Amino acid sequence: MTSTSSSTAPPSPPSTAPVLSLQHASKAFAGVHALADVSLELYPGEVHALVGENGAGKSTLVKILGGVHQPDSGSLTIDGSGVFLTGPADAADRGIAVIYQEPTLFPDLSVAENVFIGRQPLRSGRRIDSRAMDRRVNEIFERLGVPIDPERIARGLSIAEQQLVEIAKALTRNARVLIMDEPTAALSPVEAKRLFTVVETLRADGAAIVFISHRLEEVFTICQRVTVLRDGKQILSQPLSGLTPEDLIRAMVGRDLVFGEHEPHEPGQKVLGVERLTREGVFIDISFDVHAGEVVALAGLVGSGRSEVVNAIFGIDRYDAGAVEISGRKLPGGSPTAAMRAGIGLVPEDRRQHGLVMELSTARNIALASLARLRHHGLISAGAERDFGLRWAEQLQVKYGRITNPVSLLSGGNQQKVVLAKWLARKPSLLIVDEPTRGIDVGTKAEVHRLISSLAGEGVAVLVVSSELPEVLTLADRVLVMREGRLVAAMPRAEASEEAIVAAGTGQPARAQPSPEVGV
Amino acid sequence: MSTAAQTPPRPAAEPTADGTLANPRSLVDFVLRARTFGIVGILALLVIVTTLIQSNFLNGSNIRFILGDATLYALVAIGETFVVLTRNVDLSVGSVVGLSAYVSANMFQAHHGIAIPVVFLVGIAIGLACGVVTGLITAIGRVPSLVVTLAMLYIIRGVDTIVVGSGQVVANSLPNSFINIFHDTVLGIPDLALVTAALVAIAAYYLRSYRSGRELYAIGSDPDAARLAGIPIARRVFFAFVLSGAIAGLGGVFWATQYNTIDATAANGLELQIIAAVVVGGVAIFGGSGSVVGAALGALLLQTINVALNVLGVPSLWTEAIGGFLLIVAITLDRGIQLRLAAALRKRRQHLGA
Repeated sequence: MTSTSSSTAPPSPPSTAPVLSLQHASKAFAGVHALADVSLELYPGEVHALVGENGAGKSTLVKILGGVHQPDSGSLTIDGSGVFLTGPADAADRGIAVIYQEPTLFPDLSVAENVFIGRQPLRSGRRIDSRAMDRRVNEIFERLGVPIDPERIARGLSIAEQQLVEIAKALTRNARVLIMDEPTAALSPVEAKRLFTVVETLRADGAAIVFISHRLEEVFTICQRVTVLRDGKQILSQPLSGLTPEDLIRAMVGRDLVFGEHEPHEPGQKVLGVERLTREGVFIDISFDVHAGEVVALAGLVGSGRSEVVNAIFGIDRYDAGAVEISGRKLPGGSPTAAMRAGIGLVPEDRRQHGLVMELSTARNIALASLARLRHHGLISAGAERDFGLRWAEQLQVKYGRITNPVSLLSGGNQQKVVLAKWLARKPSLLIVDEPTRGIDVGTKAEVHRLISSLAGEGVAVLVVSSELPEVLTLADRVLVMREGRLVAAMPRAEASEEAIVAAGTGQPARAQPSPEVGV
Repeated sequence: MSTAAQTPPRPAAEPTADGTLANPRSLVDFVLRARTFGIVGILALLVIVTTLIQSNFLNGSNIRFILGDATLYALVAIGETFVVLTRNVDLSVGSVVGLSAYVSANMFQAHHGIAIPVVFLVGIAIGLACGVVTGLITAIGRVPSLVVTLAMLYIIRGVDTIVVGSGQVVANSLPNSFINIFHDTVLGIPDLALVTAALVAIAAYYLRSYRSGRELYAIGSDPDAARLAGIPIARRVFFAFVLSGAIAGLGGVFWATQYNTIDATAANGLELQIIAAVVVGGVAIFGGSGSVVGAALGALLLQTINVALNVLGVPSLWTEAIGGFLLIVAITLDRGIQLRLAAALRKRRQHLGA
């Protein structure tokens, strides 16, 4: 509906000076390159799309532009003069505004106060001129064509409305560069459409906008130029005209990192049955099975509801409708205890927060889920605990200093093995692993993959949630794809490819055959 | 309560109002106002019911008794409200009141003929000093205020005990002009009530109309967002504790005028009654919302309950338990209203087809 096609794109770059230009920026965290030699030029009156897989470096780039991180090398120029951003406040003062996916507003303050906090217009005696404040916010909302009452308190605003409040904040600060970090991820189609109208208004007024989205149709609707990042590197940066969604997908996923070969498993009896599971506003009508000796991967974008589904299965989160069955028996909802008793294990996404007790020893962490078995006359002897921990640590080849040292001393990969050991010690019939190798070095990654694969070989039903497509393709016998809370695709290993998964996850029409030059 | 009553032109209304539900703002406003009205309503109900049972409930001495205590509590509750709004708590106010009460009253023994305003200034200075210490440790040292002020409660009370020793100040050592402050009235209103009312009005106006006042709400509403917005959190929280201390110091002098006989246990446990008043008055215990007017009304309500129970012949052994019970009722009710409000707002959003 917006009038932005590539033919009406704004003046070509050479005739206009970029308002912001980042040259050869690199940033490393603990020796790992998050961003390597990335250059970005933003022009007034242009919406610049930033796309890439999870972990491609988009967030790092946003944080550099927003003054949160300082690049290790590279230069930043604003309006032709070199600058060094000392922090978020500095970036804001220089006219750069970042609008995050879920803004943090003050729930108890009014919308207008949220827009103007710390900068409220004053009248005599340094008192806040609340009428002027409300009027100015009202003018902005009218200009943007959105009906939000400046006087209402922010509590209860939808995420879309909160973003609009953030945009109003940016406008009152005369921001010329607006960076929108996945603004549409949590919006309904109606809300997203309204946001596009606002973005188009801002663009027409001469703002330079960075728009991050996983939804490629949005990129093609409102953006004029695109930068694709992959593994921290800049893959392409050019006008969108002449590009197709397939081109972008190929640029996003094509990679040289070769992962382990997939080992097929022979599925046995049905272990997990999920029947029309629904949680209002989070996921809808999710049905699938996992069989013994099978690895099923749940793919999709971050925020598509994957973790929420597995948390609901395990009973951490509630669900509103539907049923979960384990080996033919209905599992009561909302009870992790019942889920454990039924033979489910969950290796959570955030192992430091939810998977381990960081202060306890490696042995204790391993024994934690099996204490009932170690109990003797109601007491747990330290020796039994240590032996138990030792046995399982050995089995999973955990590299530890002393089994009685706090688990926090282990590397991320070994910590993940400890979490796995904790659940394997219970001999689960279904193991759910949420992001099995996030933040784990490549070597240990392969070990964890082998471990999961051999588990399935022993007849355990495994459900893996992963954002890393090569991992999905290495592990899964079947791939389920979620998008916006719905299960949108189910493909056997033979039909699954990175392109097909990304296409399903982003809502692009799938091309059955990957182009020849992408094949690994 | 945060915004002025007058309504500037509303935004160009889309056809969003479906007519079946009030718009979210008026709903929120209504509930916020209902909190204050609710206290007034409960207060009225309490007075009416008690008067029906015991017709002499509203006699002069009872009213004076209620107002005397309630205004002192309301005064101290002003400072406590500032602290609680920032998502902190000040447990040391009872000890500050006690120390200030003894030291200020004792000045008449130590320095014969000392001017009364000087005594007031000394009381305020004592409270201010305590507030500075608490504020520094909490705001600059970033130690949780619950722990800091709990420690300060004992430290200040300990100092008080050492200063007082085994002695006490008795009424006949105080000049009549000092004692009369409690009984003096202007147009029939006690001096203390006038001072408290004036301070409540000033504090309410400050919290509503000044940037730094609004920032206290912002800090309590979402500390992380406050940091991102560049609000000087440490300075604001420090100020809240200093103010709370100074007002408690002032309250201590008034305490001396009221009770005359002061020993080391003066105002023992007062802090919990103050916090109860603040919470009953609708100030969110986790900060971000509430008003000093509400807190003052909360103090009045709690004091009226105490006197009413007494008048109704409820054994004094029971009054504390009943007071605690009523506190739970008030807070549970408030929480229930909040949840209903959130649910109503969510429901309405879905109506809009979000």
